Amino acid sequence: MSADARTAGPRAEPAANPALPLVLDGLTVRAGGRAVIDGLSLTVASPGITALIGPNGAGKSLTLRLIDGLLRPDSGTVRFGDRTARQVRRALVFQRPGLVRAGVAQNVALALMPLGLPRRAVAERVEAALQRVGLRDRARDAARKLSGGEQQRLSLARALATEPDLLLLDEPTASLDPAATEAVERIVADAAAAGTKVVLVSHNLGQVARLATDVAVLARGRVVEQGSARSILAAPQSGEARAYIGGEWPWTALTP
Amino acid sequence: MGETLAEAFALIGALDREVVAIAGLSLQVSLAAVALAGLIGLPLGALVAVARFPGRGAAIAVLNALMGLPPVVVGLVIYLLLSRSGPLGALGLLFTPGAMILAQAVLVTPVVAALTRQVVEDADRELGETLRSLRLSLPQRVRVLLFDARFSLVVAGLAAFGRAVSEVGAVLVVGGNIAGHTRTMTTAISLETQKGDLPLALALGIVLIALVLAVNAAASALRAYSMRAYG
Repeated sequence: MSADARTAGPRAEPAANPALPLVLDGLTVRAGGRAVIDGLSLTVASPGITALIGPNGAGKSLTLRLIDGLLRPDSGTVRFGDRTARQVRRALVFQRPGLVRAGVAQNVALALMPLGLPRRAVAERVEAALQRVGLRDRARDAARKLSGGEQQRLSLARALATEPDLLLLDEPTASLDPAATEAVERIVADAAAAGTKVVLVSHNLGQVARLATDVAVLARGRVVEQGSARSILAAPQSGEARAYIGGEWPWTALTP
Repeated sequence: MGETLAEAFALIGALDREVVAIAGLSLQVSLAAVALAGLIGLPLGALVAVARFPGRGAAIAVLNALMGLPPVVVGLVIYLLLSRSGPLGALGLLFTPGAMILAQAVLVTPVVAALTRQVVEDADRELGETLRSLRLSLPQRVRVLLFDARFSLVVAGLAAFGRAVSEVGAVLVVGGNIAGHTRTMTTAISLETQKGDLPLALALGIVLIALVLAVNAAASALRAYSMRAYG
């Protein structure tokens, strides 16, 4: 995919994302005497949405945490273009929204705490973020009283409030109904269109087909296949990818 | 027994001025001690819950063990510190309500800290990864988790209040049970029982239990109300 992106040339490309190319090089994480991430290397150069797919235990969630910096590898490096991790704004959204027992707006403001912005700037950014996810009129409600779908949208608003260069999503719609899933997908697609690089972990291959421009297939802590979403979903080459995607198709055929 | 009980209720019914004053002091001393313990115990407990440092397991064991501090021993140590020749003797606190607050605060700070540690550790299991991914500093995470767990932490305050208001040893040693000055419910009950004024002792006992019930009911009502508002 990196080659495709480069030959695509300058046309219609949004402003260069400072997080790109994202280069994972020889990442290894050992747990219980076993390498759960096993010399994983991956280069993501294209803007838009990149999906990480693969069976449970393949290391997708760990890889997201390594990119975020939440987890340090035992060896290997994560690089963002020519920037250091500190210069790249990253945000992580989990399957569970992780909201504090406080108001909707307060939960978004939480993400801005480390920035030390003046009170008015915080209020403006919070309002803008809530607007992006369609929760502006719920700003004063209790976060934990929202529906599951609204809670996940709030979690996305919190992630987007810092205007991240890199948005990392760990099965963001795994516990949502189809309507809430669609709302989340629209927000993610909008963010990508606005220039945020998105890395998505999902078991919903319909979702991967709808959102992702390119895909990396993980198995046993390594990347076993990488390419455009269209080619990998339609004609996976590796045995692991064929088994995973083949096993998943009947299941995802149920979702529109 | 029946006669004593009747007399006790008569005393309460008459709102005996002495009983009211003693109850008031007990309440003031123990609530102040709990407030002081909260000031130290809440951040301390939350810090131990969130931070990872060598010897953390031992620190938690010590914190839990300190919940069982014997009140008389705490009273004795505070007595030695506050006595005229002690290091804090210049404060002139011995045999004042201030000394009683200090002693009870020392007694219940471990209760607040140990229960806070448990409650915040549970909250951290749920929210910790999110807060770290938001790049909040350790003090910021401690603040947010304490806020998130505020309804559960009410129980820590109630446990501390229960222990403070019901103990005799510490307030007796550092307060001296001086009538109208440092006499609390528990020291008065102990004294009146020894003097043989059983109706007064029983009246005080009934008021003490009623007070504890009232404080718990008020806190639980507040907790239920705010939990309904915040989920």
